[in-house]
Amino acid sequence: MISVKGLIKSFGDLEVLKGISTKVDAGQVIAVIGPSGSGKSTFLRCLNKLEEPTGGIVEIAGFSITDKKADIRAARQEIGMVFQHFHLFPHLTVLGNLTYAPMKVKGESKAQAEEKARTLLKRVGLSEKEDSYPASLSGGQKQRVAIARALAMEPKLMLFDEPTSALDPEMVKEVLDVMKDLAKSGMTMIVVTHEMGFAREVADRVLFLDQGKLVEEGTPDEFFGSPKTHRARDFLEKVL
Amino acid sequence: MNLDFTQMTPYIPYMLEGIWVTLKFVAVALLIGALIGTLLALFKISGPAPLRAFAIAYTSIFRGTPLILQLMLIYFAVPQLTGYDITPFLSAITAFGLNSAAYISEIIRAGIQAVDKGQVEAAQALGVPYRAMMKDIILPQAFKNILPALMNEVITLTKESALVSTIGYLDLMRRAQVVGASMYRQFEPLLFVGLIYWVLVMILTLIGRKIERRLKASDIR
Ligand SMILES: Nc1ncnc2c1ncn2[C@@H]1O[C@H](COP(=O)(O)OP(=O)(O)OP(=O)(O)O)[C@@H](O)[C@H]1O
Ligand SMILES: [Mg+2]
Repeated sequence: MISVKGLIKSFGDLEVLKGISTKVDAGQVIAVIGPSGSGKSTFLRCLNKLEEPTGGIVEIAGFSITDKKADIRAARQEIGMVFQHFHLFPHLTVLGNLTYAPMKVKGESKAQAEEKARTLLKRVGLSEKEDSYPASLSGGQKQRVAIARALAMEPKLMLFDEPTSALDPEMVKEVLDVMKDLAKSGMTMIVVTHEMGFAREVADRVLFLDQGKLVEEGTPDEFFGSPKTHRARDFLEKVL
Repeated sequence: MNLDFTQMTPYIPYMLEGIWVTLKFVAVALLIGALIGTLLALFKISGPAPLRAFAIAYTSIFRGTPLILQLMLIYFAVPQLTGYDITPFLSAITAFGLNSAAYISEIIRAGIQAVDKGQVEAAQALGVPYRAMMKDIILPQAFKNILPALMNEVITLTKESALVSTIGYLDLMRRAQVVGASMYRQFEPLLFVGLIYWVLVMILTLIGRKIERRLKASDIR
Protein backbone atom coordinates (compact mmCIF):
# COMPACT_ATOMS: atom_id res chain seq x y z
CA MET A 1 0.00 0.00 0.00
CA ILE A 2 2.88 2.36 0.83
CA SER A 3 6.51 2.10 -0.07
CA VAL A 4 8.96 4.82 0.93
CA LYS A 5 12.57 4.68 -0.21
CA GLY A 6 15.27 7.08 0.93
CA LEU A 7 12.83 9.92 1.59
CA ILE A 8 14.62 13.22 2.13
CA LYS A 9 13.00 16.55 2.94
CA SER A 10 14.82 19.82 3.47
CA PHE A 11 13.50 23.26 4.33
CA GLY A 12 16.25 25.47 2.94
CA ASP A 13 19.42 24.36 4.65
CA LEU A 14 17.59 22.40 7.30
CA GLU A 15 17.39 18.70 6.48
CA VAL A 16 14.34 17.48 8.35
CA LEU A 17 14.03 13.96 6.92
CA LYS A 18 17.33 12.24 6.32
CA GLY A 19 16.55 9.23 4.19
CA ILE A 20 13.56 7.30 5.47
CA SER A 21 12.60 3.91 4.07
CA THR A 22 9.70 1.73 5.08
CA LYS A 23 6.81 -0.31 3.74
CA VAL A 24 3.21 -0.55 4.84
CA ASP A 25 0.85 -3.33 3.78
CA ALA A 26 -2.86 -2.93 3.23
CA GLY A 27 -4.83 -3.15 6.45
CA GLN A 28 -1.90 -2.32 8.69
CA VAL A 29 -2.04 0.29 11.41
CA ILE A 30 1.23 2.11 11.91
CA ALA A 31 1.98 4.37 14.87
CA VAL A 32 4.64 7.01 14.26
CA ILE A 33 6.18 8.33 17.45
CA GLY A 34 9.17 10.41 18.39
CA PRO A 35 10.23 13.61 20.10
CA SER A 36 8.90 17.01 19.07
CA GLY A 37 10.64 18.28 15.96
CA SER A 38 11.82 14.83 14.91
CA GLY A 39 9.99 15.15 11.58
CA LYS A 40 6.85 13.09 12.17
CA SER A 41 4.46 15.62 10.67
CA THR A 42 6.81 16.30 7.78
CA PHE A 43 7.02 12.56 7.07
CA LEU A 44 3.24 12.26 7.03
CA ARG A 45 2.80 15.35 4.86
CA CYS A 46 5.29 14.03 2.33
CA LEU A 47 3.01 11.02 1.83
CA ASN A 48 0.25 13.14 0.27
CA LYS A 49 2.56 15.85 -1.00
CA LEU A 50 1.37 18.60 1.28
CA GLU A 51 5.14 18.86 1.47
CA GLU A 52 7.16 18.29 -1.68
CA PRO A 53 9.80 15.61 -0.97
CA THR A 54 13.34 16.80 -1.72
CA GLY A 55 14.57 13.32 -2.58
CA GLY A 56 13.63 9.66 -2.52
CA ILE A 57 10.69 7.68 -3.82
CA VAL A 58 7.18 7.50 -2.39
CA GLU A 59 4.66 5.04 -3.76
CA ILE A 60 1.25 5.14 -2.18
CA ALA A 61 -2.20 3.74 -2.99
CA GLY A 62 -0.98 2.76 -6.45
CA PHE A 63 0.51 6.16 -7.27
CA SER A 64 4.15 6.98 -7.68
CA ILE A 65 3.73 10.44 -6.23
CA THR A 66 7.38 11.42 -6.41
CA ASP A 67 7.14 10.87 -10.16
CA LYS A 68 6.85 14.30 -11.85
CA LYS A 69 3.95 13.13 -14.00
CA ALA A 70 1.93 11.72 -11.12
CA ASP A 71 -1.68 12.88 -10.88
CA ILE A 72 -1.40 14.21 -7.38
CA ARG A 73 -5.07 15.13 -7.04
CA ALA A 74 -6.12 11.62 -7.99
CA ALA A 75 -3.70 10.24 -5.41
CA ARG A 76 -5.03 12.53 -2.70
CA GLN A 77 -8.54 11.23 -3.28
CA GLU A 78 -7.29 7.85 -2.10
CA ILE A 79 -5.49 9.27 0.94
CA GLY A 80 -7.61 10.62 3.76
CA MET A 81 -5.95 13.05 6.14
CA VAL A 82 -6.90 14.12 9.64
CA PHE A 83 -5.20 17.15 11.15
CA GLN A 84 -4.39 18.06 14.71
CA HIS A 85 -6.53 21.20 14.43
CA PHE A 86 -9.38 19.59 12.45
CA HIS A 87 -9.57 22.26 9.72
CA LEU A 88 -13.28 21.79 9.19
CA PHE A 89 -14.84 24.25 6.76
CA PRO A 90 -16.45 26.76 9.17
CA HIS A 91 -18.96 28.17 6.69
CA LEU A 92 -20.45 24.77 5.87
CA THR A 93 -22.67 22.61 8.06
CA VAL A 94 -21.45 19.24 9.26
CA LEU A 95 -23.32 17.62 6.39
CA GLY A 96 -21.87 20.20 4.00
CA ASN A 97 -18.37 19.39 5.20
CA LEU A 98 -18.96 15.70 4.47
CA THR A 99 -20.61 16.09 1.09
CA TYR A 100 -18.55 18.90 -0.45
CA ALA A 101 -15.56 16.94 -1.73
CA PRO A 102 -17.45 13.81 -2.83
CA MET A 103 -19.76 16.00 -4.92
CA LYS A 104 -17.13 18.41 -6.21
CA VAL A 105 -14.24 16.03 -6.72
CA LYS A 106 -15.86 12.68 -7.41
CA GLY A 107 -19.00 14.02 -9.02
CA GLU A 108 -21.40 12.23 -6.72
CA SER A 109 -25.01 13.35 -6.71
CA LYS A 110 -26.25 15.29 -3.70
CA ALA A 111 -28.56 12.48 -2.64
CA GLN A 112 -25.80 9.93 -2.96
CA ALA A 113 -23.31 12.04 -1.02
CA GLU A 114 -25.80 12.86 1.73
CA GLU A 115 -26.83 9.27 2.20
CA LYS A 116 -23.20 8.26 2.62
CA ALA A 117 -22.55 11.22 4.90
CA ARG A 118 -25.42 10.22 7.18
CA THR A 119 -24.13 6.67 7.42
CA LEU A 120 -20.71 8.01 8.38
CA LEU A 121 -22.12 10.45 10.93
CA LYS A 122 -23.97 7.58 12.52
CA ARG A 123 -20.75 5.62 12.63
CA VAL A 124 -18.93 8.40 14.49
CA GLY A 125 -21.94 9.00 16.73
CA LEU A 126 -22.94 12.43 15.47
CA SER A 127 -26.18 11.83 13.58
CA GLU A 128 -28.00 14.58 15.42
CA LYS A 129 -25.37 17.17 14.43
CA GLU A 130 -25.71 17.14 10.67
CA ASP A 131 -27.17 20.65 10.49
CA SER A 132 -24.79 22.18 13.04
CA TYR A 133 -21.92 24.43 12.12
CA PRO A 134 -18.42 23.47 13.28
CA ALA A 135 -18.20 26.44 15.66
CA SER A 136 -20.92 24.92 17.84
CA LEU A 137 -19.17 21.55 18.25
CA SER A 138 -16.75 20.44 20.95
CA GLY A 139 -13.19 19.54 20.00
CA GLY A 140 -13.89 15.83 20.14
CA GLN A 141 -16.97 16.24 17.97
CA LYS A 142 -15.04 18.34 15.47
CA GLN A 143 -12.37 15.71 15.14
CA ARG A 144 -14.94 12.97 14.64
CA VAL A 145 -16.54 15.07 11.90
CA ALA A 146 -13.09 15.56 10.37
CA ILE A 147 -12.55 11.81 10.32
CA ALA A 148 -15.96 11.29 8.74
CA ARG A 149 -15.17 13.99 6.15
CA ALA A 150 -12.02 12.16 5.14
CA LEU A 151 -13.85 8.82 5.03
CA ALA A 152 -16.55 10.29 2.80
CA MET A 153 -14.03 10.23 -0.04
CA GLU A 154 -13.74 6.47 0.48
CA PRO A 155 -9.96 6.57 0.69
CA LYS A 156 -7.74 3.51 0.58
CA LEU A 157 -5.77 4.68 3.57
CA MET A 158 -5.86 7.33 6.27
CA LEU A 159 -3.17 9.60 7.67
CA PHE A 160 -3.60 11.06 11.16
CA ASP A 161 -1.36 13.83 12.50
CA GLU A 162 -1.72 13.91 16.27
CA PRO A 163 -5.51 13.72 16.06
CA THR A 164 -6.02 14.01 19.81
CA SER A 165 -3.28 16.47 20.79
CA ALA A 166 -5.51 19.54 20.60
CA LEU A 167 -8.30 17.97 22.64
CA ASP A 168 -9.26 18.29 26.28
CA PRO A 169 -8.40 15.04 28.07
CA GLU A 170 -12.00 13.98 28.49
CA MET A 171 -12.53 14.04 24.73
CA VAL A 172 -9.54 11.98 23.73
CA LYS A 173 -11.30 8.68 24.24
CA GLU A 174 -14.25 9.37 21.97
CA VAL A 175 -11.86 10.09 19.10
CA LEU A 176 -9.59 7.14 19.82
CA ASP A 177 -12.64 4.88 19.94
CA VAL A 178 -13.62 5.97 16.45
CA MET A 179 -10.08 5.29 15.27
CA LYS A 180 -10.01 1.87 16.89
CA ASP A 181 -13.26 1.03 15.21
CA LEU A 182 -11.77 2.14 11.91
CA ALA A 183 -8.68 0.01 12.47
CA LYS A 184 -10.86 -3.00 13.18
CA SER A 185 -12.72 -2.47 9.93
CA GLY A 186 -9.44 -3.07 8.10
CA MET A 187 -8.49 0.49 7.15
CA THR A 188 -4.81 1.11 6.48
CA MET A 189 -3.77 3.83 8.91
CA ILE A 190 -0.67 5.83 9.68
CA VAL A 191 -1.06 7.63 12.97
CA VAL A 192 1.37 10.17 14.36
CA THR A 193 0.56 10.13 18.04
CA HIS A 194 1.67 10.79 21.57
CA GLU A 195 -0.92 8.32 22.85
CA MET A 196 1.32 5.41 23.77
CA GLY A 197 -1.65 3.40 25.00
CA PHE A 198 -3.26 3.64 21.59
CA ALA A 199 -0.01 2.72 19.82
CA ARG A 200 0.40 -0.31 22.05
CA GLU A 201 -3.13 -1.55 21.74
CA VAL A 202 -4.01 -0.82 18.12
CA ALA A 203 -0.83 -0.53 16.06
CA ASP A 204 0.62 -3.45 14.15
CA ARG A 205 3.91 -1.67 13.99
CA VAL A 206 5.60 1.31 15.61
CA LEU A 207 7.97 3.65 13.78
CA PHE A 208 10.24 5.66 16.01
CA LEU A 209 11.62 8.84 14.44
CA ASP A 210 14.39 10.92 15.91
CA GLN A 211 16.19 13.85 14.28
CA GLY A 212 14.82 12.99 10.87
CA LYS A 213 15.85 9.35 10.94
CA LEU A 214 13.83 6.19 11.32
CA VAL A 215 15.76 4.99 14.34
CA GLU A 216 13.76 1.92 15.20
CA GLU A 217 10.72 0.00 14.04
CA GLY A 218 8.97 -3.05 15.34
CA THR A 219 5.81 -4.49 16.80
CA PRO A 220 4.46 -2.65 19.84
CA ASP A 221 5.54 -5.56 22.04
CA GLU A 222 9.10 -5.39 20.74
CA PHE A 223 9.29 -1.62 20.79
CA PHE A 224 7.71 -0.95 24.17
CA GLY A 225 8.91 -4.20 25.77
CA SER A 226 12.55 -4.13 24.77
CA PRO A 227 13.60 -1.10 22.77
CA LYS A 228 16.85 -1.82 20.94
CA THR A 229 18.33 1.68 20.70
CA HIS A 230 19.24 3.92 23.58
CA ARG A 231 17.46 6.83 21.90
CA ALA A 232 14.19 4.91 21.96
CA ARG A 233 14.83 3.90 25.57
CA ASP A 234 15.48 7.53 26.53
CA PHE A 235 12.33 8.65 24.78
CA LEU A 236 10.14 6.00 26.37
CA GLU A 237 11.50 6.77 29.80
CA LYS A 238 10.42 10.36 29.36
CA VAL A 239 6.91 9.71 28.06
CA LEU A 240 5.81 6.62 29.97
CA MET B 1 -23.86 85.98 12.51
CA ASN B 2 -25.50 86.73 9.28
CA LEU B 3 -26.47 83.48 7.72
CA ASP B 4 -29.11 83.65 5.07
CA PHE B 5 -30.24 80.45 3.46
CA THR B 6 -33.27 81.95 1.71
CA GLN B 7 -31.21 83.32 -1.16
CA MET B 8 -30.00 79.82 -1.85
CA THR B 9 -33.43 78.29 -2.35
CA PRO B 10 -33.54 78.53 -6.17
CA TYR B 11 -30.20 76.77 -6.39
CA ILE B 12 -31.14 73.81 -4.21
CA PRO B 13 -32.36 71.48 -7.01
CA TYR B 14 -29.14 72.23 -8.89
CA MET B 15 -27.07 71.23 -5.89
CA LEU B 16 -29.17 68.17 -5.08
CA GLU B 17 -28.51 66.95 -8.59
CA GLY B 18 -24.88 66.85 -7.52
CA ILE B 19 -25.70 63.92 -5.22
CA TRP B 20 -26.52 61.81 -8.22
CA VAL B 21 -23.42 63.02 -10.08
CA THR B 22 -21.17 62.25 -7.12
CA LEU B 23 -22.73 58.84 -6.46
CA LYS B 24 -22.54 57.85 -10.11
CA PHE B 25 -18.91 58.80 -10.22
CA VAL B 26 -18.12 56.95 -6.95
CA ALA B 27 -19.96 53.85 -8.15
CA VAL B 28 -18.10 53.71 -11.47
CA ALA B 29 -14.74 54.36 -9.82
CA LEU B 30 -15.47 51.68 -7.25
CA LEU B 31 -16.40 49.17 -9.94
CA ILE B 32 -13.16 49.84 -11.81
CA GLY B 33 -11.25 49.72 -8.53
CA ALA B 34 -12.83 46.42 -7.53
CA LEU B 35 -12.14 44.78 -10.88
CA ILE B 36 -8.52 45.87 -11.14
CA GLY B 37 -8.06 45.44 -7.39
CA THR B 38 -9.19 41.80 -7.50
CA LEU B 39 -6.81 41.11 -10.35
CA LEU B 40 -3.93 42.78 -8.52
CA ALA B 41 -4.72 40.84 -5.34
CA LEU B 42 -4.62 37.55 -7.26
CA PHE B 43 -1.30 38.59 -8.81
CA LYS B 44 0.08 39.29 -5.35
CA ILE B 45 -1.10 36.01 -3.89
CA SER B 46 -0.47 33.49 -6.59
CA GLY B 47 0.81 35.29 -9.69
CA PRO B 48 4.12 34.54 -11.39
CA ALA B 49 7.02 36.70 -10.18
CA PRO B 50 6.81 39.50 -12.81
CA LEU B 51 3.08 40.01 -12.27
CA ARG B 52 3.53 39.96 -8.52
CA ALA B 53 6.29 42.57 -8.79
CA PHE B 54 4.05 44.69 -11.00
CA ALA B 55 1.16 44.50 -8.55
CA ILE B 56 3.38 45.43 -5.63
CA ALA B 57 4.94 48.37 -7.48
CA TYR B 58 1.52 49.53 -8.64
CA THR B 59 0.15 49.50 -5.11
CA SER B 60 3.19 51.28 -3.75
CA ILE B 61 2.99 54.09 -6.31
CA PHE B 62 -0.74 54.71 -6.06
CA ARG B 63 -0.76 54.61 -2.28
CA GLY B 64 2.48 56.55 -1.99
CA THR B 65 1.51 59.68 -3.92
CA PRO B 66 -1.31 62.19 -3.40
CA LEU B 67 -4.55 61.37 -5.12
CA ILE B 68 -4.94 64.95 -6.29
CA LEU B 69 -1.59 64.65 -8.03
CA GLN B 70 -2.71 61.49 -9.82
CA LEU B 71 -5.91 63.26 -10.85
CA MET B 72 -4.03 66.29 -12.20
CA LEU B 73 -1.50 64.14 -14.00
CA ILE B 74 -4.21 62.26 -15.85
CA TYR B 75 -6.25 65.36 -16.61
CA PHE B 76 -3.33 67.43 -17.88
CA ALA B 77 -0.82 64.86 -19.06
CA VAL B 78 -3.12 62.88 -21.30
CA PRO B 79 -3.97 65.83 -23.63
CA GLN B 80 -0.38 67.04 -23.58
CA LEU B 81 1.11 63.65 -24.44
CA THR B 82 -1.51 62.19 -26.75
CA GLY B 83 -3.48 65.15 -27.97
CA TYR B 84 -6.65 63.42 -26.75
CA ASP B 85 -8.82 65.93 -24.94
CA ILE B 86 -9.89 63.90 -21.94
CA THR B 87 -13.13 64.91 -20.22
CA PRO B 88 -13.22 65.68 -16.49
CA PHE B 89 -15.48 62.67 -15.93
CA LEU B 90 -13.13 60.29 -17.70
CA SER B 91 -10.10 61.68 -15.87
CA ALA B 92 -11.90 61.45 -12.58
CA ILE B 93 -13.05 57.83 -12.87
CA THR B 94 -9.65 56.83 -14.23
CA ALA B 95 -7.74 58.45 -11.39
CA PHE B 96 -10.13 57.29 -8.68
CA GLY B 97 -10.55 53.84 -10.21
CA LEU B 98 -6.81 53.23 -10.51
CA ASN B 99 -6.19 54.67 -7.06
CA SER B 100 -8.86 52.66 -5.27
CA ALA B 101 -7.68 49.54 -7.11
CA ALA B 102 -4.46 49.83 -5.12
CA TYR B 103 -6.31 50.05 -1.81
CA ILE B 104 -8.86 47.40 -2.70
CA SER B 105 -6.15 44.98 -3.81
CA GLU B 106 -4.59 45.27 -0.37
CA ILE B 107 -7.95 44.72 1.32
CA ILE B 108 -8.61 41.60 -0.74
CA ARG B 109 -5.08 40.26 -0.36
CA ALA B 110 -5.16 40.70 3.41
CA GLY B 111 -8.64 39.17 3.58
CA ILE B 112 -7.59 36.08 1.67
CA GLN B 113 -4.35 35.65 3.54
CA ALA B 114 -6.12 35.96 6.87
CA VAL B 115 -7.97 32.71 6.09
CA ASP B 116 -6.35 29.90 8.05
CA LYS B 117 -3.75 28.06 5.98
CA GLY B 118 -5.21 24.83 7.31
CA GLN B 119 -8.27 25.45 5.11
CA VAL B 120 -6.12 25.24 1.99
CA GLU B 121 -4.44 22.09 3.25
CA ALA B 122 -7.73 20.44 4.16
CA ALA B 123 -9.09 21.17 0.68
CA GLN B 124 -5.90 19.98 -1.00
CA ALA B 125 -5.83 16.79 1.04
CA LEU B 126 -9.36 16.04 -0.23
CA GLY B 127 -8.21 16.49 -3.82
CA VAL B 128 -10.23 19.67 -4.40
CA PRO B 129 -9.01 21.55 -7.51
CA TYR B 130 -7.50 25.03 -7.02
CA ARG B 131 -10.33 27.01 -8.59
CA ALA B 132 -13.05 25.22 -6.69
CA MET B 133 -11.09 25.61 -3.49
CA MET B 134 -10.78 29.35 -4.04
CA LYS B 135 -14.42 29.77 -4.99
CA ASP B 136 -16.10 27.48 -2.45
CA ILE B 137 -13.74 27.41 0.52
CA ILE B 138 -11.34 30.35 0.65
CA LEU B 139 -13.23 33.30 -0.85
CA PRO B 140 -16.45 32.84 1.16
CA GLN B 141 -14.33 33.00 4.32
CA ALA B 142 -12.18 35.85 3.03
CA PHE B 143 -15.35 37.76 2.18
CA LYS B 144 -16.10 38.16 5.87
CA ASN B 145 -12.76 39.88 6.37
CA ILE B 146 -13.05 41.90 3.17
CA LEU B 147 -16.55 43.33 3.38
CA PRO B 148 -16.15 45.64 6.39
CA ALA B 149 -12.86 47.05 5.07
CA LEU B 150 -14.44 47.50 1.66
CA MET B 151 -17.27 49.51 3.22
CA ASN B 152 -14.65 51.84 4.70
CA GLU B 153 -13.11 52.25 1.28
CA VAL B 154 -16.50 53.25 -0.14
CA ILE B 155 -16.86 55.89 2.56
CA THR B 156 -13.37 57.25 1.96
CA LEU B 157 -13.99 57.34 -1.75
CA THR B 158 -17.26 59.24 -1.29
CA LYS B 159 -15.55 61.93 0.74
CA GLU B 160 -12.41 62.12 -1.37
CA SER B 161 -14.53 62.39 -4.49
CA ALA B 162 -14.83 66.12 -3.73
CA LEU B 163 -11.32 66.43 -5.15
CA VAL B 164 -12.69 66.17 -8.67
CA SER B 165 -14.14 69.65 -8.25
CA THR B 166 -10.60 70.88 -8.89
CA ILE B 167 -10.74 69.76 -12.52
CA GLY B 168 -14.16 71.24 -13.04
CA TYR B 169 -16.28 68.12 -12.82
CA LEU B 170 -19.72 69.23 -11.67
CA ASP B 171 -20.06 67.09 -8.56
CA LEU B 172 -21.64 68.14 -5.27
CA MET B 173 -18.59 70.11 -4.19
CA ARG B 174 -18.17 71.92 -7.47
CA ARG B 175 -21.83 72.86 -7.52
CA ALA B 176 -21.53 74.45 -4.09
CA GLN B 177 -18.69 76.59 -5.43
CA VAL B 178 -20.62 77.54 -8.54
CA VAL B 179 -23.66 78.53 -6.51
CA GLY B 180 -21.45 80.40 -4.06
CA ALA B 181 -19.87 82.39 -6.85
CA SER B 182 -23.14 83.43 -8.40
CA MET B 183 -24.69 84.44 -5.05
CA TYR B 184 -21.52 86.07 -3.75
CA ARG B 185 -22.06 83.99 -0.61
CA GLN B 186 -19.83 80.94 -0.20
CA PHE B 187 -20.66 79.87 3.30
CA GLU B 188 -24.27 78.71 2.99
CA PRO B 189 -23.86 76.46 -0.08
CA LEU B 190 -20.73 74.93 1.43
CA LEU B 191 -22.59 74.17 4.65
CA PHE B 192 -25.44 72.73 2.65
CA VAL B 193 -23.36 70.25 0.66
CA GLY B 194 -21.33 69.52 3.78
CA LEU B 195 -24.55 68.33 5.37
CA ILE B 196 -25.29 66.21 2.30
CA TYR B 197 -21.85 64.55 2.43
CA TRP B 198 -22.34 63.84 6.09
CA VAL B 199 -25.76 62.26 5.54
CA LEU B 200 -24.36 60.13 2.70
CA VAL B 201 -21.51 58.93 4.88
CA MET B 202 -23.86 58.20 7.77
CA ILE B 203 -26.08 56.12 5.53
CA LEU B 204 -23.07 54.17 4.25
CA THR B 205 -21.82 53.70 7.81
CA LEU B 206 -25.16 52.31 8.92
CA ILE B 207 -25.25 49.92 5.99
CA GLY B 208 -21.72 48.85 6.87
CA ARG B 209 -22.66 48.20 10.49
CA LYS B 210 -25.65 46.17 9.45
CA ILE B 211 -23.51 44.01 7.17
CA GLU B 212 -20.94 43.55 9.90
CA ARG B 213 -23.57 42.48 12.39
CA ARG B 214 -24.92 39.96 9.89
CA LEU B 215 -21.47 38.51 9.37
CA LYS B 216 -20.84 38.27 13.10
CA ALA B 217 -24.15 36.53 13.64
CA SER B 218 -23.27 33.88 11.09
CA ASP B 219 -20.05 33.20 13.00
CA ILE B 220 -21.83 32.06 16.11
CA ARG B 221 -24.84 30.25 14.67
N1 LIG C 1 7.43 24.73 6.62
C1 LIG C 1 8.57 24.61 7.33
N2 LIG C 1 9.59 25.45 7.13
C2 LIG C 1 10.74 25.34 7.83
N3 LIG C 1 10.95 24.41 8.76
C3 LIG C 1 9.98 23.54 9.03
C4 LIG C 1 8.73 23.59 8.33
N4 LIG C 1 7.94 22.61 8.80
C5 LIG C 1 8.65 21.97 9.73
N5 LIG C 1 9.87 22.51 9.87
C6 LIG C 1 10.94 22.07 10.79
O1 LIG C 1 11.14 20.71 10.57
C7 LIG C 1 11.39 20.03 11.79
C8 LIG C 1 10.45 18.87 11.95
O2 LIG C 1 9.14 19.37 12.07
P1 LIG C 1 7.87 18.44 12.22
O3 LIG C 1 6.70 19.33 12.32
O4 LIG C 1 7.86 17.43 11.14
O5 LIG C 1 8.16 17.74 13.61
P2 LIG C 1 7.20 16.81 14.47
O6 LIG C 1 7.95 15.57 14.74
O7 LIG C 1 5.88 16.68 13.82
O8 LIG C 1 7.08 17.63 15.81
P3 LIG C 1 5.81 17.80 16.80
O9 LIG C 1 5.75 16.58 17.65
O10 LIG C 1 6.16 19.01 17.58
O11 LIG C 1 4.61 17.99 15.95
C9 LIG C 1 11.30 21.06 12.89
O12 LIG C 1 12.60 21.47 13.22
C10 LIG C 1 10.52 22.18 12.24
O13 LIG C 1 10.92 23.42 12.79
MG1 LIG D 1 3.92 17.40 14.25
